[in-house]
Amino acid sequence: MNKNIINFIATVVLAAVLGLFLPWWGVMVAAFASSLFIPLKGASVFGTPFAAVFLYWSVYSFVLSSANEFTLAAKISELLKLGGNPYVLVAMAGIIGGFAAGIAAVFGRQIAQLRSVGA
Amino acid sequence: MKYTKPILSLIATIGIFYVFNTKLGALPPLGKFLNPSSGIWQNETDETISGEVSIPGLSEEVIVHYDAQLIPHVFAQNNHDLYKAQGYLTAKHRLWQIEFQTYASAGRLAELFGEAALDYDRTERRRGMGYGADQAMAYMEKYDTETLEYVKDYAAGVNAYINQLNPEDYPVEYKLLDYTPEEWTPKKTALLLMYMTKMLAGGDDDLEYTNTLRMIGKENFDLLFPDFFDQTDPVIPSETDWSFIDVPQTPFPASQVVLDTIKETISKPHPDNGSNNWAVSGARSATGNPILANDPHLGLNLPSIWFVMQLSTPEYNAFGATIPGALGVISGFNQHIAWGETNATRDVIDWYKIEFNEDRSKYRFEGAWKDVRVRVEEIKIKGAESYIDSVLYTHHGPVVYEKNFKSDSEWSGYAMKWVGHEGGNNQKTFLELNKAKNYDEYTSALKYWNAPAQNFVFASTEGDIALWIQGKFPNKWEGQGKFLMDGSKAENDWQSYIPQEYNAHTKNPVRGFVSSANQHPVNEDYPYYVFNDGYETYRNRVINDFFKSKERFSVDDFKALHNNNHNLKAAELVPFMLAQMDTSSLTEEEQAIYNEIKAWEFNNDIEEVGPAIWRQWYGRLYNMLWDEFDSEETAMASPYTYQTIYLLKNHGTHAFMDVIETEDRVETANDLFLMAFKAAAERLLEIKAEKGDYKWANYKGTYAGHLLQGLPAFSRFDIPIGGDRNIVNATSENHGPSWRMIVEMSSPPTALGIYPGGQSGNPGSKYYDDFIDDWAAGEYHSLNFLQSNETTEAIIGTQTLKPSSNE
Repeated sequence: MNKNIINFIATVVLAAVLGLFLPWWGVMVAAFASSLFIPLKGASVFGTPFAAVFLYWSVYSFVLSSANEFTLAAKISELLKLGGNPYVLVAMAGIIGGFAAGIAAVFGRQIAQLRSVGA
Repeated sequence: MKYTKPILSLIATIGIFYVFNTKLGALPPLGKFLNPSSGIWQNETDETISGEVSIPGLSEEVIVHYDAQLIPHVFAQNNHDLYKAQGYLTAKHRLWQIEFQTYASAGRLAELFGEAALDYDRTERRRGMGYGADQAMAYMEKYDTETLEYVKDYAAGVNAYINQLNPEDYPVEYKLLDYTPEEWTPKKTALLLMYMTKMLAGGDDDLEYTNTLRMIGKENFDLLFPDFFDQTDPVIPSETDWSFIDVPQTPFPASQVVLDTIKETISKPHPDNGSNNWAVSGARSATGNPILANDPHLGLNLPSIWFVMQLSTPEYNAFGATIPGALGVISGFNQHIAWGETNATRDVIDWYKIEFNEDRSKYRFEGAWKDVRVRVEEIKIKGAESYIDSVLYTHHGPVVYEKNFKSDSEWSGYAMKWVGHEGGNNQKTFLELNKAKNYDEYTSALKYWNAPAQNFVFASTEGDIALWIQGKFPNKWEGQGKFLMDGSKAENDWQSYIPQEYNAHTKNPVRGFVSSANQHPVNEDYPYYVFNDGYETYRNRVINDFFKSKERFSVDDFKALHNNNHNLKAAELVPFMLAQMDTSSLTEEEQAIYNEIKAWEFNNDIEEVGPAIWRQWYGRLYNMLWDEFDSEETAMASPYTYQTIYLLKNHGTHAFMDVIETEDRVETANDLFLMAFKAAAERLLEIKAEKGDYKWANYKGTYAGHLLQGLPAFSRFDIPIGGDRNIVNATSENHGPSWRMIVEMSSPPTALGIYPGGQSGNPGSKYYDDFIDDWAAGEYHSLNFLQSNETTEAIIGTQTLKPSSNE
């Protein structure tokens, strides 16, 4: 299987599992770990975990919020000056999580490289 | 360099973690805030209203039925369980609010908001809010451990809820401000009651009156601020016989006013804080049952100041509005009686000038030096070191103003004497009222009530109606405490209190109704010193005239009166102005506005334009008339509306009418009418150009603001409701009837109630603001007064609170 897909799945699964024990930054740990053990190349180093956590956070948020007719999401979207549109807030959550994960993955990749160079 | 990239990426990782994990300015920590597992998405839900919950310390099961309005109907087997359940349920629906209000009361907002809140916090500390709460706790510990035990039960209930929470369950405001709930303590209930005391009995104008007296002299002062207006329609009927009172008023000691200049005074509660209540006897009720109504006028906030509950044990069954943080029902009814409150403003704050010795360790009193006590207030500040404020206490009370706070006088200060510092047992009054069965039990419940003084209206299924003005009132000498007093003379101290049984009251008056609307409590025949300290002069007359207008009244009449928009104030001045004003110089546009207000029938209904014209016109008139009082150098009192209108109509050529700015001419009232009208018209035309019209609903723009500085996202705007201040439907921009209740004393009583909010404190819940539209439309909800813990059709969910098994 394509390494990107493996990394993607591993990141989502790890993020979900770590989410049971860790605060929000569990997704950073998940992306770091996947990147360490399932190394990717080029833009995928950032892009794949970004996409994985973007999807995880935005779908999960969407599911929670749609069950309540996006009542709070609309208000928070107004509060954060996102125009009161709940979908923009859902996307924003995805971007925040994805970005944090992507950066952590880049760090993971660097450590992985350091190890392989060292070995 | 093989380490460069790893180090850079490490820094980026730490940086991103920091930025998303930290509150930056007003922006919440975005990672914490927006992640789906513990962020705001977890608040995107209604509270659970079914299933079972274990609560430590319960002795038996408590059944909680919820109806469609999310009102909990609580069935407990004993008082301890009942108050634990009340604490638990209040926290469940209103946790952030109850905690935030006690932070505000205690002067702890800088902990949440940083230095910006420091001045507020210092003011509250110096006002003695924490000191007063300590006194109330000390009183309960010494004299009433039973009530204290209930307050502890309530605290245990709140804490049981807090302890069940994981971070993802915290109310959304905690996530926004990035902090966590702390343990609830009995003292927080005392602080909450101090908060109410401040809101309702924390205002006074003694220092402003002092400045005003010095500047305009006694004759003018007495003209502008008479102890009684030329008419009084008091709370207690004028024909009341006071001959049973055998304790005289304190004799006047020929005390002199201290005519200091005070530049700035501490913040005051909202001047419109007030209420209406009334009751008719069975003889004047359409059904033969007494009917009672209450509507407290407070700031319109979300979450609402009220939380409606039914609280029952096998011994009693109470229902009505509770105040989150306090025990029992505050305005409500049980199977036998109904009660409600309006504010009974009295001057229970006085100011004393204090003269210190050289190191400010002592102050002068009766020719000797008395020790100053120091209360050290540590104010924690978010992101900065704590601020230590040492507040000096005299036997009068805290020296609020001295060289470290709003004063530059090295060796003197102003001490505050406030009944709120006396340590009362207010909580007990509500606990006793909740189970009272008749008039005698109502009066014995009231005896514990010190402050804020309230007009407690009463009706019973036995057919009695009554109204007691209850509070702890100093027996003042004539004029005492209207101005700053010399704190070194014992004659200026409060000498004694009016004996409780001599507080003004009325039971089953001949006229067949009782009512109060924050007006003068009594007329001049009452044998103790009472002066006009900002009393209402309009709502009371509209209400009393209504009850004189016909013989019998129904619940529908009560609803109509709650929603009555008649603007008596305008009705008493506008026709006079229209008749007096020279209209020859009006432009066509001004003439059109003139015709609009001429056609107005003095109802502040939402579609009318008259109310906006009146507001603009009178507002400008008032400012032009009292331009002498517009000072940045000195804190001045504002003359009352009633007296302002009286002067305009009866003293139209008084020197005050002159506008100081226009040096070459001397204005009279008639000139002011025209000048103010033209200025108002100019502004109204601007508003019309900007917004299309100045119909009352749009002009006023009533809103319910979230407690957190009116956070727009959590507030409701442009609520279509009429009324205004000094109108029975007292809804102004952000203030108004905060709980409307009507109870008919059938057996059991039947009741209606509504408030501008919703039961849930969660902005993500549909129950957050679901009452507002009905409230604005003047509608009510039937209160489902359950007579047993059996489920009825009205119940949509039942939750059982169970004793924890592992105790």
